[in-house]
Amino acid sequence: MDGEVILLDAYASMFGMRLRIALAEKGVKYEYREENLPKKSPFLFQMNPIHKKVPVLIHNGKPICESLIALQYIDEVWHDKNPLLPSDPYKRAQARLWADFVDQKVHILGRKIWSAKGEEQEAAKKEFIEALKVLEGELGEKPYFGGEEFGYVDVALIPFYSWFHAYETCGNFKIGTQCPKFVAWAKRCMQRESVSKSLADPEKVYDFVLILKKHFGVE
Amino acid sequence: MAEEVKLFRTWSSGYALRIVWALKLKGIEYETIFEDLTNKSPSLLQYNPIHGKVPVLVHDGKPVCESLVILEYVDETWKHNPLLPQDPYEKSMARFWANFGDDKLMKSIWQLFIAREKDQDVAAVEALENLKLVEEQLKGKKFFHGETVGYLDLAFGWFADFVSILEEIMSLKLVDGERFPHLSSWIQHFIDAPVIRDCWPPRDKMIIKFQVMRENYLAAATPK
Repeated sequence: MDGEVILLDAYASMFGMRLRIALAEKGVKYEYREENLPKKSPFLFQMNPIHKKVPVLIHNGKPICESLIALQYIDEVWHDKNPLLPSDPYKRAQARLWADFVDQKVHILGRKIWSAKGEEQEAAKKEFIEALKVLEGELGEKPYFGGEEFGYVDVALIPFYSWFHAYETCGNFKIGTQCPKFVAWAKRCMQRESVSKSLADPEKVYDFVLILKKHFGVE
Repeated sequence: MAEEVKLFRTWSSGYALRIVWALKLKGIEYETIFEDLTNKSPSLLQYNPIHGKVPVLVHDGKPVCESLVILEYVDETWKHNPLLPQDPYEKSMARFWANFGDDKLMKSIWQLFIAREKDQDVAAVEALENLKLVEEQLKGKKFFHGETVGYLDLAFGWFADFVSILEEIMSLKLVDGERFPHLSSWIQHFIDAPVIRDCWPPRDKMIIKFQVMRENYLAAATPK
């Protein structure tokens, strides 16, 4: 029916969380395999030889890499339950653009917040808040980015909420007070079981960031 | 009711060419608005306020940005002559390789193109590694999806043109038939494919444009 589904992932990976949420939304049974990052297993190199990154969704032995690609794959294969992308082509295009915005801005700036220092870090903090405000603008008064229903952009973005504590601690600033609408949306998403069960504990995310900082030689 | 389709683009952009090809392959009538990126029109800034980039497709007043997103929009809106495979796994592979083309291949080719002579050997290593991966994808196939032109061919289309431009400007052979037989063969087939062959920007203009660009990069990189 569902076939054999394996998720090669890492607990703190916001990209892996996207797929955990989607699989839960669709009620798909799968085997979860944890990579012990930053060390990478031979199995990961075999499943994702080009990028060597998690997550990798493996369906009936066939690997799908890149979280947004795997997210669309999950939505297309298990299209009957809780569709994540809208059916209208224009709305789908907008959803893809906003998910791309999350990758280009929220992720990259977030990484700079924990890995950079001084002026570079300050600039990243400022741009990060600006990016969240752009997203708040796009959300408007809607409960979710797609409208009334939890969808693709919400899944793409909500995992970063579990990283806020790490960003705030490393960057010595507060995000919630500057972006209250964003936090309200995030808490709404957290009420869904698929989200609350899939998101990593913020303290554990921070511990992971400390491991990464050591690994990359960032103080 | 007649549909209104407009494409904002520049004359040379490989990203825009993807959309030109897609619309022509599907026989969609559209209007072209050429943009000068040093002097963007108010319309463009209205339709793409976040990035102000081209291409932008405007369908009945609604803008769609980012060429790969536009390609999927075109394919989903006008369903005849499909560009993407139907099977979800094959579709995922197409999206993966399109991203690879833009993120890894294009960057490494560009780094080689603007490298100073002493840095060219190092820059070539990554470019050649990426080319080998694309070569693998074309084994046993005329085009990326088989016998007919599709999404991935359009996504890699910029490459079919740019390779010969780079080779002429830099006087080097990057995609030689011995090392890359499938890629060479794909380039030949794609350049001359129906519809595709009618859309290439003028080669002499492209040579001049990229020659000037390269000289500017090299001049900026030279220590004073």
